[in-house]
Amino acid sequence: MLNIQEYVAPNSLEEAYQYLISQKGATLLGGCAYLNLGTRNIPLAIDLSRTGLSYIRENEDTIELGAMTTFGDVEHSAILARYFNNILALSVRDIVGIQLRNLVTVGGTVYSRYGFSDFITALHVLDTQVKLYKQGIFDLEYFLENGSKEPDILEKVIIKKDNRQAVFKAMRNSRGDYAILNLALARIGDKFRIVVGARPGRAALALNTMEYLNNEYAQKRELSPEILKNAGEIIAEELSFGSNGRGSSEYRKELAKVLLRKAIQEVI
Amino acid sequence: MVVNLKINGRHYTLDVPPDEILLTTLRNLGFNSVRQGCDTSTCGVCTVHVDGKAVLSCTVLTCRLDGHEVTTLEGVEEAAETIGRFLVEEGVEQCGYCSPGLIMSILYLEKCVPQPTDEQILHYLNGNLCRCSGYEGQLRAIKKYLEVKYGAGSKQAI
Amino acid sequence: MRVVNKPFNKIDGMSLVKGKPLYTDDLCPPSALVVKVLRSPHAFARIKRIDTSEAEKLPGVECIFTYQNIHRKPFTRAGQCHPELSPYDKFLLDEYVRHVGDDVAIVAAVDEKTALNALKLIKVEYEVLKPVLDFETAEENPVLVHPEDDIFAHLPVGFDPKHNVACRVNFALGEVEKVLEECEVVISRTYKTQPQAQAMMETQRAFSYLDPYGRLVVVASTQIPFHARRILANALDIPASQIRVIKPRIGGGFGAKQTVNAEFYPALVTLKTGKPAKIVYTRSEVFNATTTRHAMKFTVTIGAMRDGKIRAIDVKALSNTGAYGEHAETTLGAAGKKVLPLYNKVEAVRFSGTAVYTNMVPGGALRGFGVTQGTYALESAVNELAAELNMDPTLIRDINMIKKGETTPLINMTTKGAGPDPMYMDSCMLDYCVKRGKELIKWEEKYPKYQVSRTKVRGLGMAIAQQGSGLPNIDMAAATIKLNDDGFFNLLVGATDLGTGAETILAQIAAETLGVDLEQIVVYSSDTDATPFDTGAYASSTTYTTGNAVIEAAVKMKEEIIKTGALYFNTQPEKIIFDGKYIICSATDEKISLADFSKKITYNLLHTQLSTTGSFVPKKQAPPYMAGFAEVEVDLETGKVEVVEFVGIVDCGTPINPKLARIQAEGGIVTGIGLALYEEVRYASNGKLVTDNFMDYKIPTRRDIGKITVEFAPGYEDTGPYGAKSIGEVVVNTVAPAIMDAIYNACGVRIRELPATPEKIWRALNC
Ligand SMILES: Cc1cc2nc3c(=O)[nH]c(=O)nc-3n(C[C@H](O)[C@H](O)[C@H](O)COP(=O)(O)OP(=O)(O)OC[C@H]3O[C@@H](n4cnc5c(N)ncnc54)[C@H](O)[C@@H]3O)c2cc1C
Ligand code: FES
Ligand code: FES
Repeated sequence: MLNIQEYVAPNSLEEAYQYLISQKGATLLGGCAYLNLGTRNIPLAIDLSRTGLSYIRENEDTIELGAMTTFGDVEHSAILARYFNNILALSVRDIVGIQLRNLVTVGGTVYSRYGFSDFITALHVLDTQVKLYKQGIFDLEYFLENGSKEPDILEKVIIKKDNRQAVFKAMRNSRGDYAILNLALARIGDKFRIVVGARPGRAALALNTMEYLNNEYAQKRELSPEILKNAGEIIAEELSFGSNGRGSSEYRKELAKVLLRKAIQEVI
Repeated sequence: MVVNLKINGRHYTLDVPPDEILLTTLRNLGFNSVRQGCDTSTCGVCTVHVDGKAVLSCTVLTCRLDGHEVTTLEGVEEAAETIGRFLVEEGVEQCGYCSPGLIMSILYLEKCVPQPTDEQILHYLNGNLCRCSGYEGQLRAIKKYLEVKYGAGSKQAI
Repeated sequence: MRVVNKPFNKIDGMSLVKGKPLYTDDLCPPSALVVKVLRSPHAFARIKRIDTSEAEKLPGVECIFTYQNIHRKPFTRAGQCHPELSPYDKFLLDEYVRHVGDDVAIVAAVDEKTALNALKLIKVEYEVLKPVLDFETAEENPVLVHPEDDIFAHLPVGFDPKHNVACRVNFALGEVEKVLEECEVVISRTYKTQPQAQAMMETQRAFSYLDPYGRLVVVASTQIPFHARRILANALDIPASQIRVIKPRIGGGFGAKQTVNAEFYPALVTLKTGKPAKIVYTRSEVFNATTTRHAMKFTVTIGAMRDGKIRAIDVKALSNTGAYGEHAETTLGAAGKKVLPLYNKVEAVRFSGTAVYTNMVPGGALRGFGVTQGTYALESAVNELAAELNMDPTLIRDINMIKKGETTPLINMTTKGAGPDPMYMDSCMLDYCVKRGKELIKWEEKYPKYQVSRTKVRGLGMAIAQQGSGLPNIDMAAATIKLNDDGFFNLLVGATDLGTGAETILAQIAAETLGVDLEQIVVYSSDTDATPFDTGAYASSTTYTTGNAVIEAAVKMKEEIIKTGALYFNTQPEKIIFDGKYIICSATDEKISLADFSKKITYNLLHTQLSTTGSFVPKKQAPPYMAGFAEVEVDLETGKVEVVEFVGIVDCGTPINPKLARIQAEGGIVTGIGLALYEEVRYASNGKLVTDNFMDYKIPTRRDIGKITVEFAPGYEDTGPYGAKSIGEVVVNTVAPAIMDAIYNACGVRIRELPATPEKIWRALNC
C-alpha cells in the first residue's frame, strides 16, 4: 500500500530530476505495481507519466523504449514484433495478467534490476544500453552490475538492431507465478549469447558456456547432444544459483541445463 | 490533489489524497462493481479501463488520471447485460464477485482480438482469478458470446 | 418434474453480473467508523505492556480495545451447533498471542488512514516465547500453546491442552491387528496435506449499527448467520435477543466464513460508541488471521489378499489445528467417518486421530472439510496397494468399494443418534461412476501411460470419494412460505447462498412442490430477525437439509390453501383441488385463480394470512459419491505436471439444477487441482506464514487446469428432496489422489506430501 505525502507530475525530465534530488526519499513513480507491494513512506512522489517517456521508436540502427512504456505496449508493438523473434513480447507474456502488464513499466523494471525479472533477461541477450538522464549511457551489463551511482532517472533503453535470433525460456509452476528460472539465448551469426535470470539473483551472462559453444560451433558447425550436455554442465557450474521458496539451487542448475538445451535447439 | 477526469463519460473534479488508488475513488463515488480481491496486484477483480485499456484499479493512483478517461462496468451497461447473460446462461456467475472485472477483461480482449482462439482467450483473461467457477464454464460462455456476435467460424471480425 | 432438474438461471444472476451493490461493503453507511486490528508479529508471546495513550490522542480515533479493557470470557469462533465440539479456547483479546496475526488491539477511527496511523502508535512490549511450530512433535513439546486454566470443552472430545491436544477421535470395528496378520499383503504409507487456503475472492468483512430499539445489527459476509448470532452473544456477553445478523450477497466462502472472525470487532465498537462501524479484511489478514484447511498427516495401513480383497484398514491421523481448536474435532472425525465407509467389505477398520495445537494459523473449515485430506490418504494407499498387487486400480475398487444397497456398521457407529437399524446406501451409484469415468477418459486405451515425446509422458490415475448431505440428528433447517395478496409466495430461509445458487435451487423446490412457476417464488435470505433458523451453509447441507424443509413448508402451504379454499367455497377440503394456478371446487366445478383468491382472502373475505413453516433434520446418511479420473503429462526433465484432462462423474442423486451442479463440480475440481499441484504453503522458521498473498500462494489460473469433463450419475436418493443429495464438497476429494496416481503411472514417482511441485518430482526422478 502506498503512503504518499506529496505528489507531483512534472512535465519535463529536468523538472522531474530537480524534484528527485530535492529531498531524501523522493521517489519516481513508474507503473507503481512494485511500489504498491511495499509499505514505504514516500514524502514526495514524482509521477513520470507526463514526461513523454512512453514510446517505442525505431531509428536507423536502434530501437528505443521510453521508460514509461508498459509491458502491454511491448507485447502489442509492431516494431518489436519485427526483431529478435519478438523476444521482448514473449518474455513478458506470462507475467500475471494483461491488466498488470498494461501498467508496469520498462523504466521501473530495469532501474530496479529485479533478480526475478523476465524482461531484463530478454533485454540482456540483446545489445542493450540504458540511458540515465544525468549520468548518460551505459551498457545494460554494466548497469545491472553497478546500478546507478546516484539518484537518477532511467530515461530509456536503447537496443541495437541486428539480425540476431533470440529465444526466451522460463520455467514456472503456476502461470502467473514468478519464474523459477529464466534463460534467454541469442544467435548472432555463429556466435551465441546466453543470459540466465531468476537464479534467483540478477540476470547474468553465461560467459564460459558462450565461449565453449562458440568454439565448438566454429570447429564442428554443429552442436551434438554431447556438446549440449557439456554446455549444460558448464552453465550449471559457472553461475551462482540460489535457493528460495520457489526452488533450490540444485533444481535451478538442472533447469538451466534443460532451458539451455531447448533454447539452442530452437536456433540451430 | 485536484483531479479532473472522465468516468463513464461524465466529467468529475475530485479532490483526492495523493496516495488514493483509483479503486477507492471509484467505490467512494458509488461505482460498486469495482472491487478489491487482493493487496498484491494479482487477482484482477478490480479491473477497469483507463483510456480504453484494461488496468488494475488497485494499482493506479487517481492523481495520475488528470485528463484521462475511466470506464467501469457501470459505464458499459449494455455490454454488461449482453456478456452477463451468457455467463448466467452457463451458471458461472457463482458468487459473482469476480464477474465485473471479468467482463471488463472480456471487453478488452474483444477490442484487441475480436476473433480470438481459445489460447488467446485464456491469455487475455489469465489475470482474472475466480475461485468459484472452475473457469471452464466461463470459457464456454465467452466462446458462445463471441460466436453469436461474430458468427461461428467466420474469419472476419465485424 | 416441471421445475426441478431443469437448468434455470440463477435468480440473482443478472444483478451479480451487472455489478450491483449487493455485497457487505456496498451496503455499509459511509459514516461508519473504520475498524483495524493490531496483529501479533510473533508466533507466541505474552504482552508485557501495552500503551495506547499516544494512539488515543490522535485526532479521529474513536476507541481502542486491548485485553486490559475488555471482558475475559472463553468461547469458540467455530460455526457449529450448540454445544460446540470445538473447545472454548479463544478470548476477544488476550494477554497471550498465539500465532503471527493473532489479535492484539482493536482501533476504531473516522477513516482508514487514521486507524492505520493509530495502530502504528500503539506501543507493545512482548515477552517473546518459544513457539510450537512442528505439529508432529507438538504433543510431546513441553511448551504449551494454551497454558491458561479457564478454557474448556463442552463435550468429551479428548481436550487436553496440557499436552497441546485439542481433541482426539477414535473408532474401530473388528480386530485390526488380527486381520492384518492374516493378510497376504500389508502396505503402510504416510501422507501429508498442506493447510490450503479457502481463497474466496471477497475477504471477510462486516459492519454493525444499532437498530431503532438499540439492538446490535451486524451485516456480515458469513455462511452462518444464526450461529454467528449465538457466538456473538456469547462472546460479547449480551443476550441473543439484542443481536440481529444479516447476510447480504457473499463473495465466496468455501468454509472461511463458517468461522466468526471479523464480526466481533465492529460489533464491539458499535456497542461501545453507539455508532456504525465496519471492518474489511486485507488479503494478508485473511491469510494470517483467519483459518485454513487443517494440515494433516496420515499413516494408512491396508491389509489385503493377493486377489485384491481388502480385509483391514488402519488409519492414524494427526491434524494441526494451529493456535485454536476451531472445527478441529469435526474435520478430523470427517477424515475417517466420511472416508472409510467407501470400503464397506473390510473385516476390521480402525481410526485413531489427534488434533494438536501449534503456534500457527488456526485450522478451520474448507470445502471437503477433512474428507478431502482423508480421501487423499486412503485413496492414495489403495492405489499403492493396487500397484503392489499389479492390479488395475479400477478393479480393486470394483472388488472392494461400497455399492448400491450396501452398508457397513461403520455408518451407524459414526452417525449421531443412528439407532440399531443398518443404513443402506440405496442410492449409491459409485459403480456407475467408475464405469462411466473409465469410458470418458479412455482408460482401457491409455492406462497406465503413454509416451508423447522423448521427455514427456502421460499417465492416468483415479480415485473415488464420498461426502455427507447435512449432519444427521445435528444440523437442522427451517423454511417459511407466505402467500401474498397477488398470488405469489415469499420463501424465507435462513440458509445462506454463497454464490452456489442455493436460493435458486430452493425456489425451484418450492415451485415444484407448490405446482407454481419459479417466478412466483420470491426468496429472502438471510436475516436472523426475519428468516427461520438454519444452521447455515456447511456440511453440504443446503440442498438436502433446507431443501427438505422447503418441501415440508410447501406441502403445508398447499394444505392451507386447500383448507382455506374449502372455507371460501363453503365445502369440505376433500372437494378442493389446487393445481398451482386455480383453486377448484370439484363439487360445483367453480374455480378461482390463485391471484384472485389471495386478494380475496386478504382484503374481502376471511381476512387471513397463509403462512407455513417446515423444518427438517436429516435422519439418515445420504452421501453423494464421485469417481475422478486424471490424465496428466509429466515433463521428465523438469518435473512439471500439466493436467491434460480431469473427468469427474458425480452421484448427487437428482441434480436439482444440472447447470449449477455442473459448475459446482468444475469449481471443486479446480480447487482440488490447486491442492494437488500449486497451493504450496511455506512458513518462516520464526512461525510467520510466508505465502500470505496471491503472489506467493498460487491458486490455479485458467491456464493451469487443462480440460475438465463432468457428468452426473442417474441416481435418486429417496430421503432427499426430489431425489437430491449434496454436491458442493464431494467434488474436491478425488482430485489430489487421482492426480498423484497419474503422476506415478507416468513416471514412477509417488508424491506423498502435497502439493506435487515440479521440484519434488524432479528430485524423486533424479536423486
Ligand atoms: C504481482 C506482481 C507480479 C509480478 N510478476 C513478475 C514476473 O513474473 N516476472 C517479471 O519479470 N516481473 C514481474 N513483476 C514485476 C513487474 O514486471 C515490474 O518489473 C515491476 O512491477 C516494476 O515496474 P513498475 O513500473 O511497477 O515500477 P514501480 O513500482 O513504479 O517502481 C519500481 C521502482 O523503480 C523506480 N522507478 C520507476 N521508474 C523509474 C525510472 N524511470 N527511473 C528510475 N527509477 C524508476 C521507483 O521509484 C521504484 O523504486 C511482477 C510485479 C507484480 C506487482
Ligand atoms: S485487487 Fe487484486 S489485482 Fe487489484
Ligand atoms: S464467481 Fe466467485 S470468484 Fe468468480
